[in-house]
Amino acid sequence: MRRALRLPDRRAPAVFWSALALVAAVLVALPFALTHIGTAWVRISNLALLYVLLALGLNIVVGFAGLLDLGYIAFYGVGAYTYALLASPHFGLHLPFWVILPIGAAIAALFGVLLGAPTLKLRGDYLAIVTLGFGEIVRIFLNNLSRPVNITNGPQGVYRIDPFRIDGFSFASTQRFLGLELSGPTKYYYLLVVLVALVVALNLRLQNSRIGRAWEAIREDEIAARAMGIDTTRLKLLAYAMGATFGGIAGGVFAAIQQFISPESFVLVESVMVVSMVVLGGMGNVWGVVLGALLLSFVPEILRYSVAPLQHALFGRTLVAPEVIRMLLFGFALVLVMLFRPAGLLPSAVRKRELAERT
Amino acid sequence: MSLLEVRALEVHYGGIRAVKGIDLDVEPGELVCLIGANGAGKSSMLRAICGLVHGVRGSVRYAGEEISGLAVHERPRRGLVMVPEGRGIFPQLTVAENLAIGAYARRDPDVRDDLERTYRLFARLAERRTQTGGTLSGGEQQMLAIGRALMSRPRLLLLDEPSMGLAPLMVAKILATVREIARQGVTILLVEQNAKLALEIASRGYVMESGAITLAADAASLLADPRVREAYLGEGAA
Repeated sequence: MRRALRLPDRRAPAVFWSALALVAAVLVALPFALTHIGTAWVRISNLALLYVLLALGLNIVVGFAGLLDLGYIAFYGVGAYTYALLASPHFGLHLPFWVILPIGAAIAALFGVLLGAPTLKLRGDYLAIVTLGFGEIVRIFLNNLSRPVNITNGPQGVYRIDPFRIDGFSFASTQRFLGLELSGPTKYYYLLVVLVALVVALNLRLQNSRIGRAWEAIREDEIAARAMGIDTTRLKLLAYAMGATFGGIAGGVFAAIQQFISPESFVLVESVMVVSMVVLGGMGNVWGVVLGALLLSFVPEILRYSVAPLQHALFGRTLVAPEVIRMLLFGFALVLVMLFRPAGLLPSAVRKRELAERT
Repeated sequence: MSLLEVRALEVHYGGIRAVKGIDLDVEPGELVCLIGANGAGKSSMLRAICGLVHGVRGSVRYAGEEISGLAVHERPRRGLVMVPEGRGIFPQLTVAENLAIGAYARRDPDVRDDLERTYRLFARLAERRTQTGGTLSGGEQQMLAIGRALMSRPRLLLLDEPSMGLAPLMVAKILATVREIARQGVTILLVEQNAKLALEIASRGYVMESGAITLAADAASLLADPRVREAYLGEGAA
């Protein structure tokens, strides 16, 4: 099983590489196609890719190490605020992004360890409660750290955040390049695609590594894992730290794209959303998690644009507000998936076995 | 020098003393068994040696070094490996994955050879290498647990009731394998309820009763001892 996952190219290298080339071509062409439908879709894609990054980060904690984390968005917030405070007029600091992103990642990792260390002995429901509380604590701090010393600017948030810039090349402005018009969001889109590709590759490597195997063992039976010489403390902290790192990086990119952040972007619902992406897609399966994140990001947006016109076409007027029916359909879809594919859309091999055994 | 030297070991669970000051030695190359009835404190003692229980007092020296303060995961790295009661395999992982985790603490290149050796010792495991641990029979799971422990190249192997819950034929097979492992140079401390079979393969034995050692001798004399025969081998007093 493991070998088949890692080396699809060994069985059919030609097919694998041409499929990869095809996917790459589609990903490169996509923003131009989307611009024709509406520029908003490029932005929506960027947000979707940010969710993919978040879901992949959370997958390390939840999917690989088996630790439920309901406060994951806190790390996204930490990364976003690190970027915002070091690259905005708020403190008058304007450090380049390649300096800030590693700092943000490191601070997020530190927060990951801060959350992990006191919860090492907790499991299941109790762990969920503590992580949920942690997420709220971070948000409340962001909301209130405006007095006595104004650090986060409270609920107003931080604005006029610098976009990513390399010398004269700014990610925010529109440029002409080889006769093609590259808008700001399009440039961020490419950056995000590269980031996602890197993180996917890293996740796949992790899964098949010695560390990945140790996480699997911890998830199955922690005491037996320790009796086999696995340092469970260190590995659990490592999972939290790695997950948080990805969250922190995603947060930094988010702050730069939006150029404005406030505590409202890091509420509990966002954490729940990312957990849903991981669970719906298939905990522990990298491709499943990517699929889950893309679906849960795009489907509500598609519904947003189709619900009202559809009602107009059917009844001549809008009977139910789009926002209401959108969330209703969304919840309904989630329930259906959990009923018919309890291990997720693309379950990992191990999860499939676990669920099969329980029923 | 003894490989394992236990002195005045006590295990407390709340206010209860499950192990009441035990001395025990295992010399390199020995197969020592610890027999006793259910609840005599045998498992508590093994778990104390591995650091899996709290409330332990006394001294545990392994390879000349005091290890009672050592982290649990450090012990297998030094060759002190336990096969826990109830086997403790990873039920959702395949046989091959279980064995791979056994070699987790090692970084040397001989792992592959050891894997082949383990598969030779337990041909049944080789047949089922892609099957998950939970789908194996009780005896096969015990083989997997022992095989997994062997993958970490133990110097001292602690076996906790390997015969528990197995059919008589399988018990004999497992204990024969234990003897074979000992013959290959692994020192073994075997905890068993099945006193007869354990004493037949061991060189020395301890008898434990309500938390204390009541008898210690070489296996042959324990087998002949009327007190052992009466209490553990199911023979009524003459």
